[in-house]
Amino acid sequence: MNIYVVMKRTFDTEEKIVIKNGVIEEGDAKYIINPYDEYAIEEAILLKEKHDGEITVVTVGGEDAEKELRTALAMGADKAFLLNTEDDLEDGDEYTTAKVLAHFFKKNEFDIILAGNVAIDGGSGQVGPRLAELLDISYVTTITKMEIDGQKVTIERDVEGDVEVIETSLPILVTAQQGLNEPRYPSLPGIMKAKKKPLEELELDDLDLDKEDVEAKSKVVEIYLPPKKEAGKVLEGEVQDQVKELVNLLKTDAKVI
Amino acid sequence: MGRKVLVLGEVRDGAIRHVSFEAIAAGKVIAEGGEVIGVLFGESVNNLAGEMVAYGADRVLTVENEKLKNYSSDGFTQAMTAVIDQESPEGIVLGHTAQGKDLAPRLASKLDSGLVSDAVDVNNENGNILFTRPIYSGKAFEKKMITDGLVLATIRPNNVPALAKDESRAGDVQPIEVDIKDLRTVIKEIVRKTAGGVDLSEAKVIVAGGRGVKSADGFKVLEELAELLGGAVGASRGACDADYCDYSLQIGQTGKVVTPDLYIACGISGAIQHLAGMSNSKILVAINKDPEANIFKVADYGIIGDLFEVLPLFIEEIKRELVKA
Repeated sequence: MNIYVVMKRTFDTEEKIVIKNGVIEEGDAKYIINPYDEYAIEEAILLKEKHDGEITVVTVGGEDAEKELRTALAMGADKAFLLNTEDDLEDGDEYTTAKVLAHFFKKNEFDIILAGNVAIDGGSGQVGPRLAELLDISYVTTITKMEIDGQKVTIERDVEGDVEVIETSLPILVTAQQGLNEPRYPSLPGIMKAKKKPLEELELDDLDLDKEDVEAKSKVVEIYLPPKKEAGKVLEGEVQDQVKELVNLLKTDAKVI
Repeated sequence: MGRKVLVLGEVRDGAIRHVSFEAIAAGKVIAEGGEVIGVLFGESVNNLAGEMVAYGADRVLTVENEKLKNYSSDGFTQAMTAVIDQESPEGIVLGHTAQGKDLAPRLASKLDSGLVSDAVDVNNENGNILFTRPIYSGKAFEKKMITDGLVLATIRPNNVPALAKDESRAGDVQPIEVDIKDLRTVIKEIVRKTAGGVDLSEAKVIVAGGRGVKSADGFKVLEELAELLGGAVGASRGACDADYCDYSLQIGQTGKVVTPDLYIACGISGAIQHLAGMSNSKILVAINKDPEANIFKVADYGIIGDLFEVLPLFIEEIKRELVKA
């Protein structure tokens, strides 16, 4: 089975966010594999253990993303592609990323593409469905369970807490939701092996794309931090009185009940 | 001038979800005086069209087809494509719900357009339609605009206020026939895990419990309060991991993102993971035994105490208020 995982290097949102000159300052912030993409990588490894095949991880980004690709290789992926747009593009959006990926997949045979359902930095969750549409394959988002039998695929997906059981067939693109599996940590031998696994870099040229083909369809005009919240009011006195005061505040001050 | 904007009304349990009315209000801003057209898909939806008009749609298009009874990406894309072919809209708005998240990126891709996902506000600033959306799990915000193609957006529930409902408004309702075929994904079963009643992502009041609730049984008192306030019960990841409640109740970075008017956090420490899902709540009340808990740093009102002592008193007090009212 030809298994592909589309992944993203993201800023760890547990880090403090600092904005300087209108952009988020990277500083020494920690970068990670987007947590939802980790579920996708783990699911790919489980698929390979069951059905054999090869796992290829792909990302769109800059040179820095090599580190996260190596982590995926250390977890158990077989090879990696960095679609490096650093030199060609200043700004891209979800349209850009999906189009670059689509051109990559038009040159590679796949049975299944796995991705995270959303990245924790940008949080738009567009690239998976956009890519599936460009490749004219079906997709299922926010999956929590998947069984593949020959060409037949049975999936459970999370729909705002309810579960949809879906039947479909390969080839398909799926996006992972929390609960799909428990991603493994790279083992020490895995990390050693990952250093020798193939990691290839491709630029727009190699994908038969020009800068104009992937120009963003949206732009960010401003980034800002939310207004700092005033410290709240911790109530005092007997519990009974605190509760009375609280209900009163909610009624008259905040007007929410 | 102005734009022609489609707003997809989302039908759940035979009713239009409130976020769709909020989407009409967003559609009005995008339309800049142009036409806002409600769109409804389902097995039997013609009778719901009037409500979209009452909330501000100028007219409504419906596609009734048994294959549209449940949402599927293929089915809804085919229906939407037929509507788009007929109307040639310049904008489309959907709710940022499971359905909107699944469908909107595909439509954007098909239409070669940009898409702003998860907008919490939309404004016309000097002729530019600017969307505000949270990034980095709500720790920052960006203002974004579409530069090419249709103005496409999904809006987060409970943020853009809906227009006042006006039953006296009139608007045409036009049913369209669409042949829905070749669905590549088939829904075999829908397992309802969410208890009937108030939808967590659209709830105006949420009573949420964390590890401090200590057991599944402990959630009963939260449920009682939620019901009294016409709200829903939520939970932190810790409470879900400990099996006190189903993951469908989880609020946080992984889990649901909510923006209620009132969020009552009970026995929740306030980990960043959790704050990412609820920090934009309008009023946050924290009840926790630990005076050092992080949740008190973000709460509007805090009570330091045992939730099992505080909540029953809270419930009594609310009941008294209800009797008064």
